[in-house]
Amino acid sequence: MKFTTLVASAALALGLAGGALADDPTKVGFVYVGPVGDGGWTYEHDQGRIAVEEEFGDAVETVFVENVAEGPDAERVMTQMALDGADLIFTTSFGFMDPTINVAQKFPDVKFEHATGYKRADNVSTYSARFYEGRAVQGHIAGKMTESNIVGYIASFPIPEVIRGINSAYLHASKVNPDVEFKIIWVYTWFDPAKEADAAKALIDQGADVVLQHTDSTAPQAAAQEAGNVMTFGQASDMAQYGPYPRVSSIIDNWAPYYIERTRAVMDGTWESVDTWDGIPTGMVEIGEITDAVPAEVKAEAEAMIEAMRTGEYHPFTGPINKQDGSAWLAEGEVADDGTLAGMNFYIEGVDGDIPQ
Amino acid sequence: MDLSSINPILLIAAMIAAATPILLAAIGELVVERAGVLNLGVEGMMITGAVCGFIIAVNTGSPAMGFVAAAVGGAVLSLLFAFLTQVALANQVASGLALTLFGLGLSSLMGQSYVGIKPPRAEATPLGPLADIPIIGPIIFGHDLMVYIGLALVAGTWAVLKFTRMGLVLRAVGENHDAAHALGYKVKRIRTLAILFGGACAGLGGAYISLIRVPQWTEGMTAGVGWIALALVVFASWKPWRVLLGAYLFGGITQLQLNLQGAGVAIPVEYLAMSPYIVTIIVLVILSADKSRAPGSLGRTFHASG
Repeated sequence: MKFTTLVASAALALGLAGGALADDPTKVGFVYVGPVGDGGWTYEHDQGRIAVEEEFGDAVETVFVENVAEGPDAERVMTQMALDGADLIFTTSFGFMDPTINVAQKFPDVKFEHATGYKRADNVSTYSARFYEGRAVQGHIAGKMTESNIVGYIASFPIPEVIRGINSAYLHASKVNPDVEFKIIWVYTWFDPAKEADAAKALIDQGADVVLQHTDSTAPQAAAQEAGNVMTFGQASDMAQYGPYPRVSSIIDNWAPYYIERTRAVMDGTWESVDTWDGIPTGMVEIGEITDAVPAEVKAEAEAMIEAMRTGEYHPFTGPINKQDGSAWLAEGEVADDGTLAGMNFYIEGVDGDIPQ
Repeated sequence: MDLSSINPILLIAAMIAAATPILLAAIGELVVERAGVLNLGVEGMMITGAVCGFIIAVNTGSPAMGFVAAAVGGAVLSLLFAFLTQVALANQVASGLALTLFGLGLSSLMGQSYVGIKPPRAEATPLGPLADIPIIGPIIFGHDLMVYIGLALVAGTWAVLKFTRMGLVLRAVGENHDAAHALGYKVKRIRTLAILFGGACAGLGGAYISLIRVPQWTEGMTAGVGWIALALVVFASWKPWRVLLGAYLFGGITQLQLNLQGAGVAIPVEYLAMSPYIVTIIVLVILSADKSRAPGSLGRTFHASG
C-alpha cells in the first residue's frame, strides 16, 4: 500500500509539474489523505476546493493530490506543489502535521494551512472544526435510541480529535441513559472500507445497535444497512444516501467558507498565521437532517441542543465531569478550556478501556 | 473483558469473509509467478474487478453475473499487462505498477455513478440439510458460493501444478523459459494464459469485497489487499496450501483482533492491530525453512532469440 501511494503520488506530482502555467493566478494546492470519492472526509474538503474555484473563477488555479499517505510521501507531495508555484497549500489530515511544518520551513513564501493539528509557524496556520459539538448530538440520540444499551464506536487513530469525539458522545449518551456502554474498536486507518465494514460487523455481532464512526468511508453504513436494525450517523459528509435508516443524522464538515476566506486573504496579501477552531455557530460544523426514524420528541431535544450550541449558551463539556480514573476534571458549571480540549488524551469517567499510547 | 460477547459462529463467518478476497487474488498470482511472470498489478486488477462486478450485479440484479463480469474485467485488464510484457517485452515490474495505477484510475472513473448504491444480496449456498447441522452447519456450510470456489481453486491449482502435464509445462516455463522453449513449448502463450487466470482471480477477489464483504462501491476500496496478496505468495513459498493457510491466518487474525478490541480484552490495541501481519509472517517464514525458492525465471523477460 505504501509503495502504491508512493508511486501514485509521484506520478501525480509529475503531472502537476507539467501543469505549471506562465500567467499568474493564485495557485492553491490541496493534499488529501483519501480519494475524493470517499463520500466522507476528503469528499467534503474537495467540495471546499470546488467552492474556491467557483468563487474566484480564473483568478485561482487549484490542484490536489489524493490518497497521500501520512508520512514521508506527504512531504514530497507538498514540496512538489510548492516548487510548482503554489501560493497556498491546505494539508487536510492530522498526520500531515510534521511534514507540513518541515516543508513550510523550506518555503517561507508559501502559506500553509494544516487541518486538525496544533503546530503553527509564521507561514503555517491551523484550522479545525469542533466536531465534538456534533458528537454531543449523536451521543444524545444514541443514548435515547439504543435498546441493547451497547453503542459501537469505530475509532481511527488515538489522537485528541478522536478522543474528544468519544468523550463527547459518551457524555451525552450516558446523560440520557446511565446504562449505556461504549465498545470502541481502533482500526488505525482513516480510509479502508473493508476494514471499516469488518469493524462495524464485529461491533454489531457483539450487540451494538448504534454504530458511530470516526473513519472516512460509508462502509460502516452499508454494514449497518445489511444488519437491518442498527442505527448510524453520517461522518464528515451527510451520507444521505443511507438515510432515512440506518443513517439517522450526520456531522457535516463545511470547509468552503473557510477555504474561500483564506484564499482571499492570500490574494489580498492579508494572510496571517492563525489558529481557527470553529463549530456549529459559524457553520463549519453542520448537523445533517435528523430523519423520521428518530421519534419527534428525541429529535426536538437534539434540535434544542444544536440551537443552544449555536447561540453559545451550551458547551458540550460543561462540568461536573470526572476523568476515567475518577479524579475531578471540571467542577459544576465549569466549561472545558480549548487548550485541554485540543490536547485531550484521557477518557472521561464511565468509558471502558484504555487509550492506545 | 467479556469474551462471551463474541459469537464464535459469527466470528468464523467474518474470518472467512475477510480471508476470501486475499485468497482469490493470491492463488491467481501464484499461478502467474509459477509461470515465471511477476505481475505487480494485482491491486489494479482487484479494484477493476470490484467495480466491474458491482456495476453488472447492480444492473442485472444477479451477484453471480457480477462475479462473472469481475473475472472478465480483471482478465481484460491483465491482457494489457500480457501485451506489455509478452509482446512489447516491457519491464514486468514497471508494467505491473502501471497496471495498478491504471486500474485505480479506471475503476474510479467507471464507478462514479455507483457510489451509495446497494448491490443485490448474495445468498448463502443452498446446501440443504447440511447447513442445519448444529454449530458445524453454519461454520462450514453456511457461506456464499465464492468461499467454496476459492477453496476449490486452491485445491485445483495444487492438483494441476503437481499432477498434470499442464502443470509440469507451466512450471517448466517458470523455472527455465529457455529450456522450455527449446523443448518446443510456447512460452509466451502459456504465460499469457497464466496472466489471464491471475487477472480473473484478482477480479473475483475484488468483487468479493464490493459485493459481499462491504458491500458497496467506494473509490479505492481494496485499500492495499492486492499488495498483501502479493506478499503472501512469496511468504507461502509459491505453494497453494500455504497460500490458503496464510490467507485464512491473516483474515482470521484481522477479524479476531477487531472482536477482541470490541470485547475489551486487556491486550494493548497496538499489538492487536499489528498481530495479523506478524503472526502470518512468522508462521509462513517458519514453514518456508524447507529451502523453497522462487521460480527460476521469475520476472525475467523472454525472447525466443535469447
